[in-house]
Amino acid sequence: MNMPAIHIENLTKRYGEGDTAVDALKGVDMTIWPGEVVGLVGPSGSGKSTLLKCLGAVIEPSSGRMTLGGQTIFDAAWKIDDLRTLRRDRIGFIFQAPYLIPFLDVTDNVALLPMLAGMPDAASRSRALELLNALDVGHRAKAAVAQLSGGEQQRVSIARALANHPPVILADEPTAPLDSERALNVVRMLNQMAQQYQTAIIVVTHDEKIIPTFKRIYHIRDGRTYEEAGEGREV
Amino acid sequence: MINLAGRDILHGWGKFVFTGIGLGLLIGVTLTMAGVYRGMVDDANVMIDNSGADLWVVQQDTLGPYAEPSSVRDDVARDLLGRSGILDAGNVTYLTMQASAVKQATGQRREVRVMLVGFEPGKPGEPAYLVAGRPIVRSHYEALADLKTGFALGEKVRLRRHDYTVVGLTQRMVSSGGDPMIFIPLQDAQEVQFLKDNDALINERARTASNPAFNRPNVPGLLEAVQASQTTSHFVNTVLVRLAPGADAEEVAGEIRRWKHLQAYTRAQMEEILIARLIATSSKQIFMFLVILAIVSAAIVAFIIYTMTLNKMREIAVLKLIGATNQTISSMILQQALGLGLIGFMVGKLSATLWAPLFPKYILLLPEDAISGFFLVMLMCALASIFAIRAALRVDPANAIG
Repeated sequence: MNMPAIHIENLTKRYGEGDTAVDALKGVDMTIWPGEVVGLVGPSGSGKSTLLKCLGAVIEPSSGRMTLGGQTIFDAAWKIDDLRTLRRDRIGFIFQAPYLIPFLDVTDNVALLPMLAGMPDAASRSRALELLNALDVGHRAKAAVAQLSGGEQQRVSIARALANHPPVILADEPTAPLDSERALNVVRMLNQMAQQYQTAIIVVTHDEKIIPTFKRIYHIRDGRTYEEAGEGREV
Repeated sequence: MINLAGRDILHGWGKFVFTGIGLGLLIGVTLTMAGVYRGMVDDANVMIDNSGADLWVVQQDTLGPYAEPSSVRDDVARDLLGRSGILDAGNVTYLTMQASAVKQATGQRREVRVMLVGFEPGKPGEPAYLVAGRPIVRSHYEALADLKTGFALGEKVRLRRHDYTVVGLTQRMVSSGGDPMIFIPLQDAQEVQFLKDNDALINERARTASNPAFNRPNVPGLLEAVQASQTTSHFVNTVLVRLAPGADAEEVAGEIRRWKHLQAYTRAQMEEILIARLIATSSKQIFMFLVILAIVSAAIVAFIIYTMTLNKMREIAVLKLIGATNQTISSMILQQALGLGLIGFMVGKLSATLWAPLFPKYILLLPEDAISGFFLVMLMCALASIFAIRAALRVDPANAIG
């Protein structure tokens, strides 16, 4: 564990120009190690979503530096041409709502990512099944998305995020629509998956139920991050 | 790799199929319109073929007998027979009119729009073949009818003042307007076309008798001669000429034009008159319909595909976020548009084939039109998908995050 999964230094993001410019991020520093699950907490408008989009290579930061698994991907400008391939292969996403593809069954929702990365169909489906089994939804592998409960859909979306074994997963309010028990279940699974696949997971959340479970928490306020140790409560 | 378009279609197959059926009916109408045009051209060609003529001799400075009224003396045929290169010549009259018959079973009168053809048996102008019954053997009041008239053998058909018995049935004998033909002896047809009713004749005779120029006291028989000439007709619409083997049609036609002061058309010229002139306006009308229908179909496909794509914007944002290429997304939309076009074309072709025989006029659905139509539909769908693809490619993957 000598190289951080993700490391950012003095990252800024400015929207607009001149008098109307808004500094959403004013110099964010963050280091996440493989296998770690870190909380990112902050009030609305603090810059959480902007930071998540920068980390996810969806929007371009204004300045700063960002490395992924030791490779610099941003240093005043993107250092990688194909951001879509970067996202596909090295960043997993878990959304507040599962946003599964409704016209694909459970297995293919997960298998789609390895397939997009060029893995053969059979191997992709085999990997998808392995992940679904690990997340206790293997028995719904052939089900349509609409037939799943909210908790099952969220587990499938976790499996999808892990499908290409990315070094980093960004989870945006993954427990927001769930009750306490299911929310803690999701956190347990994230911890388990982080350990099993040595994936760094950043969980953006407001959810008071799950904040005590993080060992490290980044607070974000007015575009700046503050690190603090979490309770790391067992789930 | 998963076929995303196929999966999406299967997921919402009901909506997709019903949309395809709706589009298909529109394509069916488009194919039928093309069939109407082809049918008109075919009717014109069939009419030329069935006449059995190589030359049409008509009144000078007219495009007769089909495109313009033409009137020539019925003794012209005998004159022409003496000319070199002419094998046979027959007088023919054409008149589009309403024929009626009373159904014996129900007593109901039925009316049919027909083209009445007066011909001389054994001469050009006679139907080439019969599908039932026998040829006309009596001089008067017998008729041959095309199957499309709906008249049966033995049925009495009313034409102006007389009833005619249907003794034979023909097939695909129609005018360029698609009206089925009824063939009767030439003299009867001349009477139908030129002879006035009894009241008009009495009135005409009275007028002639009161005209001192025709009713001179010292010229016995003049009035009777004038009145007799008014009740007989020796005019026909055309003389159909069959050429002797090896005779040059252009040369013979030129001779007739020069020496007989009549117009003579060759087969190629008659085809040009019928197709390029007589049905030219109808063709343009149909072409305009085809263009409008094609534009409407394209607009509908574009709208449907665009709406379907808008309904999937969240999924497309997710796909872009997780690394699907623009090619994958464009291909999904294009395949759906082509799938819709394929369903639409199949439904359209099937419906056009099913409803074509129900039309009163001949609809000719040519395989080559269907093939061209298929490629046009596919091209139209591909072009129509451009708007949806542009919208999809503009979706920001950040929308998936919120």
